[in-house]
Amino acid sequence: MTAAVDHKPTVRQTDAKPVLDVDGMSVEIRTIHGTVRAVNEVSFSARRGETLALLGESGCGKSMTATALVGLLEPVADVVEGSATLGGVDLFQVGRAKRREMAGTELAIVFQDALTALNPLYTVGTQLAEPFRIHHNLSAKEAKRKAVDLMTRVGIPQPESRLNSYPHQFSGGMRQRLLIAMAVALNPSVLIADEPTTALDVTVQAQIMALLRDLRTEFDMAVVLITHDLALVAEEADRVAVMYAGNIVETGPVSEVFADPKHPYTKGLLNSVPVNARRGDDLKSIGGSPPDLQAIPEGCVYQARCPLAREVCATTRPPLDTVKDGRMAACHFPEEVQNV
Amino acid sequence: MSTGIDLVPVKPTTAIVGEPGKKQRAGSKWFRMLVNDRVAAAAALVLGIVFLTAIFGPMLVGDLATKIDLDNSNQAPFTLAHGWANFLGTDPLGRSMLARLIVACQTTLSVAIPAVVISAIVGSAIGMWAGYYRGWRETVAMRVADVIMSFPSLLLAVVVLYVFSPSAANIVLVLAITRIPVYLRTARAESAELQSRLFVDAARTFGAPARSIIFRHVLPIVLPTLLTVATLDFCYVMLAESSLSFLGIGIQPPDVSWGLMVSQGRTYLHTAWWLSFFPGLAIVITTVSATILAAWARIATDPGQRWRLTVPQKRLSRFAKTTKRI
Amino acid sequence: MFSFIRRRTYTSALPLIIVLLGVFLLARLTGDPTNLYLPESATPEQREAFAQANGFDQPVWTQLVEYFKGVLHFDFGTSLRTGESASEMAFRAFPATLQLAFTTMLLAVVGAIVIGCWAAYRPNSLADRFSSLLSMTAASIPDFWFAITGVWLFAVLLGWLPTSGVDSGILSWILPIATLMIRPLGVLTQVVRGAMVSALSAPYVRLARSKGASDFRVVSHHALRNAAAPALTVAGDLAVGLINGAVVVEAIFGWPGIGKLMIDAILQRDFAVLQAAVLLTAVSIFLLNILIDACYALLDARVREPAMA
Repeated sequence: MTAAVDHKPTVRQTDAKPVLDVDGMSVEIRTIHGTVRAVNEVSFSARRGETLALLGESGCGKSMTATALVGLLEPVADVVEGSATLGGVDLFQVGRAKRREMAGTELAIVFQDALTALNPLYTVGTQLAEPFRIHHNLSAKEAKRKAVDLMTRVGIPQPESRLNSYPHQFSGGMRQRLLIAMAVALNPSVLIADEPTTALDVTVQAQIMALLRDLRTEFDMAVVLITHDLALVAEEADRVAVMYAGNIVETGPVSEVFADPKHPYTKGLLNSVPVNARRGDDLKSIGGSPPDLQAIPEGCVYQARCPLAREVCATTRPPLDTVKDGRMAACHFPEEVQNV
Repeated sequence: MSTGIDLVPVKPTTAIVGEPGKKQRAGSKWFRMLVNDRVAAAAALVLGIVFLTAIFGPMLVGDLATKIDLDNSNQAPFTLAHGWANFLGTDPLGRSMLARLIVACQTTLSVAIPAVVISAIVGSAIGMWAGYYRGWRETVAMRVADVIMSFPSLLLAVVVLYVFSPSAANIVLVLAITRIPVYLRTARAESAELQSRLFVDAARTFGAPARSIIFRHVLPIVLPTLLTVATLDFCYVMLAESSLSFLGIGIQPPDVSWGLMVSQGRTYLHTAWWLSFFPGLAIVITTVSATILAAWARIATDPGQRWRLTVPQKRLSRFAKTTKRI
Repeated sequence: MFSFIRRRTYTSALPLIIVLLGVFLLARLTGDPTNLYLPESATPEQREAFAQANGFDQPVWTQLVEYFKGVLHFDFGTSLRTGESASEMAFRAFPATLQLAFTTMLLAVVGAIVIGCWAAYRPNSLADRFSSLLSMTAASIPDFWFAITGVWLFAVLLGWLPTSGVDSGILSWILPIATLMIRPLGVLTQVVRGAMVSALSAPYVRLARSKGASDFRVVSHHALRNAAAPALTVAGDLAVGLINGAVVVEAIFGWPGIGKLMIDAILQRDFAVLQAAVLLTAVSIFLLNILIDACYALLDARVREPAMA
């Protein structure tokens, strides 16, 4: 793993107070077959100038965590416990008005699919100007000027003439830049990027991630990167939180976690990357499938697929404990993971 | 790497909502969905009564609808003083309103239903054919549909019936023609969308002729939508026939239809309000029931929306993805 | 934008031409056109004189050419009843219908938007289901019965409104507009509600809320415009159907519009006037379709220009 991917060392090793602190957050979904816990007691924190990656496969609850934080959960889903403190404010305790006030100014999100996320009937200029008109009460003209600045900042050529263009007239990469522009318009403290490059070509991916990096430094933001792409995490993130079936199973600095994982799932993920593979070798994968969220077993969520599973794993759910300085893992046998 | 101990059987899905996997007879499934929505069930019941009345009513009523009894002229309703048959009052010629309503029911439905059936069959057939072949056939069919739809149907019917003189058959034909585009467009859209599906290509590779593909693959999929459209269309055709009869160019006396009864009662509005009121009420009850049933059918035939009919309606808002605050 | 309108004009012209041809053919299909124009008691000599005077004895092609020439000059012959030019009568009656139709559509559209948005804002609630039921009922009511019941209730029983005519100022507008409006309101409300529910669950609404947009802004600014397209389609069909309704309403209330003109012409066998009225209606529908297409283009840029990227 480490041979194939070059991890850029973080410059900032800081113990600064986290700007976003999520503690024990759980999200439940009401379905006609019963209530399902999609996110279970999730805790993590994000610091300024740092990128935290939420890593996991599809359906593990990482997107739902993000939408819960920005308050855009579907009405069938509720946050049932926990807190999310941003700038001293618990997002789940304040009213809708305060939430709306913080949306865009303190907390912003970049969605995955830029084409559907943009309103097809309004010009790009109008949509970029919108945050300014909502929060700073600027006039249409002033807001438009700010929009031009934004477009320049994210690297869209000829911004003045493209102000009156519509979303469908831009390429995929440009549209994603527009989404990012809208998100950083008001200099938020936390930027959540939900799979921002999944729908893009590899070359465009690199550009977008470089842009996010620059903006993070310029605005001194905390970036929460939601992804299933291990290589992306290795390249861009400083810290990682690995999610499985709605639970966080491991956290820590990326370089350490990838070099020496302390949870069998993380190890399984890393093992499945075909590094140094020769023609004719078998492709490794983690056997089995993620559990049905309506029938989560007692004990560890990963037990069904875990090579280290033992009796205690079936009866007691391992809590997310510190295994080393700055690293946590939810496993009864973190030291044996290296043998997997 | 060895696989883990299978302590808990896992289903190979990350989906949150799984299929219940219960075995039910097909018919009872529909019945259950109907009963769950009480309003739709009531509507179905009403429609059932209307149809039964249309079929058996005139036989039971005999000549009560035509026997002239001038002593009983214009009697008010809601009293049994003049016999149970005159419970809804009598018309200027002493004929029982109730009996006339029942006979008119048969006439109205005997115009509406054939019109719907004809336009449904013809329109759907042309539509599926056009959607299957695409190309010029599709363009021509759509142009024809546009032309018919771009003119108000009542006007079309009025002019045609003026020229050819009104008779039940002419009315059915005119109404059928004006409604063909509705089925044509729906059938074509669905059929065209199905062309891109793999199973149609598969059938083609077997050398199946177009006709068989349309009947065995396209039709079963399009049928539910068409039935929903037909139910809604039934309302429209009923209203159209009533309007024509009301204007004097539809059903002609001595035949009787609900629309005609409303028109005949107009001159007696000051003295005998029931003459116009009850026939119109009959129309409203029938058409509203059909509309409600069509709305139910639209949900019941859509596999993605069907779940709404398995939850008690009162608690629907708890499970719907778009509810309360946006 | 204008090239778009130009293109749509050509495609919409086809139905108009077909209607023109159709009316021509219809009259001649029945064998002796004089049957349509003259009362049934007319003598054979009168028929012949009439046929000669109106060119019915000419070969069909010549008749067709004469007919289209007449159409272009708005000449449809003279009314048998009043002796006036048929087209003059039609043009005189038209504004009354236009006023009625325009006001009706305006009220129906505004009402549908308000009720539809309000219902979509809290979908599946009791209020929403109740208003759905109400709008379904409204869409199913026969207009002539509604008018008659309205007349009976408000004019005969309560005496608040006039039974017919245009003489009582604004009061005489109430029942005709209410009657004409009820079906469009019912149908349009359902469409607006459905379209708004879709629009409100769209991703761009999520984005707008993540930017801090208020509920009002999301509904009125973002969602409504996207819901407008399907609503516009239905509104266009309803506007065409308004002619149907106008025929009935004008007959009941004696409103001096083109619908009443048509019914009178039918009952009095005045084919020249009928022809003029029908054709005037066809032309207005043609113009209406173009107007609606222009609205589409204004609303949605994707209709005007293809994607550049």
